[in-house]
Amino acid sequence: MSTIFGVPTQALFGQLLIGLINGSFYAILSLGLSVIFGLLNIINFAHGAQYMLGAFAAYFLLQWAGLGYWWALLLAPIVIGLFGIGLERTMLKRLYELDHLYGLLLTFGLALIIQGLFRNEFGSSGLPYSIPSQLTGGLNLGFMFLPNYRAWVIVFSLFVCLGTWYVIERTKLGSYLRAATENPVLVQAFGINVPRMITLTYGFGVGLAALAGVLAAPIYQVSPLMGADMIIVVFAVVVIGGMGSIMGSIVTGFALGIIEGLTKFFYPEASNTVIFVIMALVLLIKPAGLFGRER
Amino acid sequence: MALVKDSAEAPALPLTPQHQYVAFAIMVLFFVAAPFFVYPLFLMKALCFALFACAFNLLIGYVGLLSFGHAAYLGSAGYLTAHAAKVWGWPPELAIVTGTATAALLGLIIGALAIRRQGIYFAMITLALAQMIYFFCLQAPFTHGEDGIQAVPRGVLLGVLDLRSTITMYFVVLAVFLGGFLLIYRTIHSPFGQVLKAIRENEPRAVSLGYTADHYKLLAFVLSATLSGLAGSTKALVFQLASLTDVHWSMSGEVVLMTLLGGLGTVFGPVVGAVIVVSLENYLAQLGAWVTVVQGIIFVFCVLTFRRGVVGELGRFIGKSL
Amino acid sequence: MMRKTLIALAVLLALGAQPAQAQISDGVIKIGVLNDQSGLYADLAGPGSVVAARMAVEDFGAAAKGMKVEVLSADHQNKADVGSAIARQWYDVDKVDVIVDVPNSGVALAVSQITRDKGKAFIVSSAATSDLTGKSCSPNTVHWTYDTWALANGTGNAIVKTGGDTWFFITADYAFGHALERDTEAVVLKKGGKVLGKVRHPLSTQDFSSFILQAQASKAKIIGLANAGADTTNAIKQGAEFGIVKGGQNFAGLLVFLTDVHALGLDKAQGLLFTETFYWDMNDKTRAFAKRFAERNRGIHPTMIHAGAYAGVLHYLKAVEALKSDDGTKVIAKMKEIPTDDPLFGKGTIRADGRKIHPAYLIEVKKPSESKYAWDYYKIRTTIPANEAFRPIDQGDCPLVKK
Repeated sequence: MSTIFGVPTQALFGQLLIGLINGSFYAILSLGLSVIFGLLNIINFAHGAQYMLGAFAAYFLLQWAGLGYWWALLLAPIVIGLFGIGLERTMLKRLYELDHLYGLLLTFGLALIIQGLFRNEFGSSGLPYSIPSQLTGGLNLGFMFLPNYRAWVIVFSLFVCLGTWYVIERTKLGSYLRAATENPVLVQAFGINVPRMITLTYGFGVGLAALAGVLAAPIYQVSPLMGADMIIVVFAVVVIGGMGSIMGSIVTGFALGIIEGLTKFFYPEASNTVIFVIMALVLLIKPAGLFGRER
Repeated sequence: MALVKDSAEAPALPLTPQHQYVAFAIMVLFFVAAPFFVYPLFLMKALCFALFACAFNLLIGYVGLLSFGHAAYLGSAGYLTAHAAKVWGWPPELAIVTGTATAALLGLIIGALAIRRQGIYFAMITLALAQMIYFFCLQAPFTHGEDGIQAVPRGVLLGVLDLRSTITMYFVVLAVFLGGFLLIYRTIHSPFGQVLKAIRENEPRAVSLGYTADHYKLLAFVLSATLSGLAGSTKALVFQLASLTDVHWSMSGEVVLMTLLGGLGTVFGPVVGAVIVVSLENYLAQLGAWVTVVQGIIFVFCVLTFRRGVVGELGRFIGKSL
Repeated sequence: MMRKTLIALAVLLALGAQPAQAQISDGVIKIGVLNDQSGLYADLAGPGSVVAARMAVEDFGAAAKGMKVEVLSADHQNKADVGSAIARQWYDVDKVDVIVDVPNSGVALAVSQITRDKGKAFIVSSAATSDLTGKSCSPNTVHWTYDTWALANGTGNAIVKTGGDTWFFITADYAFGHALERDTEAVVLKKGGKVLGKVRHPLSTQDFSSFILQAQASKAKIIGLANAGADTTNAIKQGAEFGIVKGGQNFAGLLVFLTDVHALGLDKAQGLLFTETFYWDMNDKTRAFAKRFAERNRGIHPTMIHAGAYAGVLHYLKAVEALKSDDGTKVIAKMKEIPTDDPLFGKGTIRADGRKIHPAYLIEVKKPSESKYAWDYYKIRTTIPANEAFRPIDQGDCPLVKK
């Protein structure tokens, strides 16, 4: 058994891979948060709850409609995204004139309501959701046994993140979005329907959260509280990456997942706090975040 | 745009308004009489949270900074006090001082880091740093993680007052609360408080007038953290328990709720908000997770249509500031 | 201005005054079932324990004997502060005489202390830590059903005997997990086995992948799960995902309940070895109880926790009847005086340290092909006689035990 720094390589690579898997979730979730924050200047505290809703949507699609995982990947984000649009139209819209902190408080309240309702109905121990049959089993990589499903998570997340980045940074639609972020009044004057873009952007961000939920359902169990503690870590990721920077969120998400995995290996007691320690450091050195711009 | 708009909405604060004396007297009377009608442990909980909310309000109502990690001070003070009283065997007054000092120190460190940013960034930083404190408390052996520090002895205060008697404990807690409340009141209605308001309204202008805004903000932050710690320390002795619940971010959310519901930036708002929220939790306790739902609904309702909070609306109704 | 403050005052008084109005005079025996109603221990105890307690009250025939008995319940959410607050309020305000159940050893220890301070009674049918009859024993507490020592002794011994001599522990990071790990480790080491590593996880962990990886890397033959409820089932499920069994390792569920096996399904749970003190399908009396219980509990059959709640309440009521008083300390003393006899655990006794003594059973989960009807999950491999099942009374450091 070879060792690096006196610790077995096998175990190290194993934890790294787990870290990459966790990082995939951090990346998709922080991407959604970043997109929402970039355009709406709202910290969507309900993001964790919407992630949970995505997982539940997958569960219900299976229970009630017999629609499996692959359908869920498509439908759950749409359904929850529409729900998000509903929230935006009815409540968030009224807060744009006010201090942005009210948006934070509102979405925090929404998160409490959603999580509370689901906890009431479903308890907190979690509902089972199976790995789709096409993705069961795994690969023996020599240094660890990698379940196929977890490999899929990494691949799919990368695809989604890079796809989103491409749309926002390289397409015309994306350029309208970025322009509206900088100067909504001017962009509206050009005839672009900014309020609708805002609504759709929020819906998209929420859809991303739901998508992460569907991805998580087979491995993390569908539970009402699954988003609650995840969301704080994702906030830290977004702050480190730079709020509003798309590439920043993606890179930071994966990177932090890996760092967390490494910490679990070398110094497990600190694995929960390492992300926050990094955040504190980044804030001291570069307050706008690693990839962010001073706003 | 600050969370609390001053001039146009509510009348300017004269330094010692008559009606506030009256409101204060009513509050004191209420709390002095209450333990003879209402379960004292419940009241003590309300008082500790009222102090916590007032301390929190100092920061958001008067400096305009939303800290989303105030539980860190409440909880860590509680742990240190519990540890001092149980493991080191210190008398309650020293235990409380230990806890409060811990909170002050934490406030200094976190404040120094967080003050560099404003608005949402400030909130996020305080949240994440508080989460770090949570995980530290989860891991540190002296906190006993999930079990918490249990069977904390209440001891004898100043060698004279036996705190094991519920009524004695109650009046001590009341005294602590009133002390903290008056300290906050004095702070607000002082030149220091005026500078804070100036900074909240227009920081660049305050700076241009020669005030080092960061120092003032940090001082207010530390004061807020210290008094939150005082609340936490007292609570640990009241319940004879220090647990993870008090450092969890949902506790930070609760204090925001109390202050928002009571009225941001009002003097008595946080007290009213704390009493209402604690009562609600007590009532709805048998309904389990409905408490969270109701809290969420109150949040949404307050943010959308009830931004001034109970006392804020009350004050507007009677045309005076409360 | 006066009007507004008067209204405010009235509102506040009304809101705050409610807790004190619930004062009910004695003459009623109030039983409070305190447990986790919505979290990871909700199925193995939860609402089922309340059903069991009520059944005990009915079967005791309280009404016919002219005794008024009420059963309350509350959710402690696995938090020591919530549990303590409820216990205090129940004792101080609601005049509850005895608290029953309380899974989660951290909460149980807190409630035991409060019960002692207030001179009431506490019947623990759920929590596991052997400290409740060890260094934290109390004259007001009876520990029914099982404890970490019994589990460690039964399961640990049996597994090491069959060749599982290298262990890796995945432990829930609180009083129960630590106690279970400590007691099992002692047994393994005594039998000549080795513990190759340990890792602690927070309560209610969703993702065990990192811990499973560490367990795999240790190459221990047995991965001991010093946790319970959903934590155990999640670990086993994810272990299957990572090919633990294919890789030649085996899980030892140190605390597994009927409801866990039901949640996992026999295909994943088959072959699991663990210790319990009750199984619904052991004899006619237990089967009869299970049938009645399942009808009132949405078809879910009773776990040993539910059985313990039933038997504990039954014996408590017998003691109260004999004593004609519900003074906590005295009733507990009486419960130790009277030998126990109930349809679920048979005949037994309660020792001076509060430990209820009855036989334990080593269980193996059936293969799917061996199960003939619903809830037919267990094979009883061995019966551990009552006098061997629990820690000897002089080894617990209980101050109540005269040396």
